[in-house]
Amino acid sequence: MTLDWNAFTPWSALAGGLLIGLAAALFVLLNGRIAGISGVLGGLLRPSRGDVAWRAAFVLGLVAAPAVYLLFAAWPRLTVNAGWAELVLAGLLVGVGTRYGAGCTSGHGVCGLSRLSPRSLVATGVFMAAGFVTVFVIRHLLGL
Amino acid sequence: MHVVFSLLAGLIFGLGLLVSGMADPAKVLGFLDLAGRWDPSLALVMAGAIAVGLVGFALARGRSRSLLGLPMTLPTARHIDRRLIGGNLLFGIGWGIAGFCPGPGLVALGMGEGKAAVFVAAMLAGMLVFELFERRTSRSLKVA
Repeated sequence: MTLDWNAFTPWSALAGGLLIGLAAALFVLLNGRIAGISGVLGGLLRPSRGDVAWRAAFVLGLVAAPAVYLLFAAWPRLTVNAGWAELVLAGLLVGVGTRYGAGCTSGHGVCGLSRLSPRSLVATGVFMAAGFVTVFVIRHLLGL
Repeated sequence: MHVVFSLLAGLIFGLGLLVSGMADPAKVLGFLDLAGRWDPSLALVMAGAIAVGLVGFALARGRSRSLLGLPMTLPTARHIDRRLIGGNLLFGIGWGIAGFCPGPGLVALGMGEGKAAVFVAAMLAGMLVFELFERRTSRSLKVA
């Protein structure tokens, strides 16, 4: 392991993190809900009365964020090295996994840990470990 | 009104993802690449998010209603089971393959990134698979 000093952006990472935390805090205090994006999305797939608008609005906020961002600055770099097959596989795994696992980086990682949830602590540990191992296998064992 | 705040929360969350660089799969994978050139930024994003989140959730604890008068609908599950672990394993693997998770996928979609659209479509398909399986299982349990 060598630290990638070129890529490491401590201040913007922290600032962005504070914004994410703010969003989660506002959402729980105002809407009484967990800002867990897999859950917000997943619920849209079995819509019930009174349950759609707030979900669609949250998703819209995420999708519209880049447009709002442009009012302040140019977009940051976005590099997707994965090919179509990998993207489909990744998407399927994330889709199935987040629903069975009841959360994702926002639901378990940000909100769950902020709530001091032991369940989210385990969940976060598991998906982080899985992420680390997967990248290790792909980049350093398979050399892809 | 709560729909407007939901939109706002999604927007702030999305802005946070952009500012922190977490909408960029290459940056996320840089964090997951422990054996390579390691970019610790994601850790700082989480730290920043949880620092604010801790305050928000502490304020929310013990409330039965949100500040907008909505019922607090927070997860109550406390068990750690195979679904939790298995699901998060799958999620982490998917995350490690493309560097996308639900939130960043949606934000990148908002940037017009075609590859993000593929990921999001596959993710929704995966979530749909989960829904269909869950409905069939609960139906067969009812019949039995």
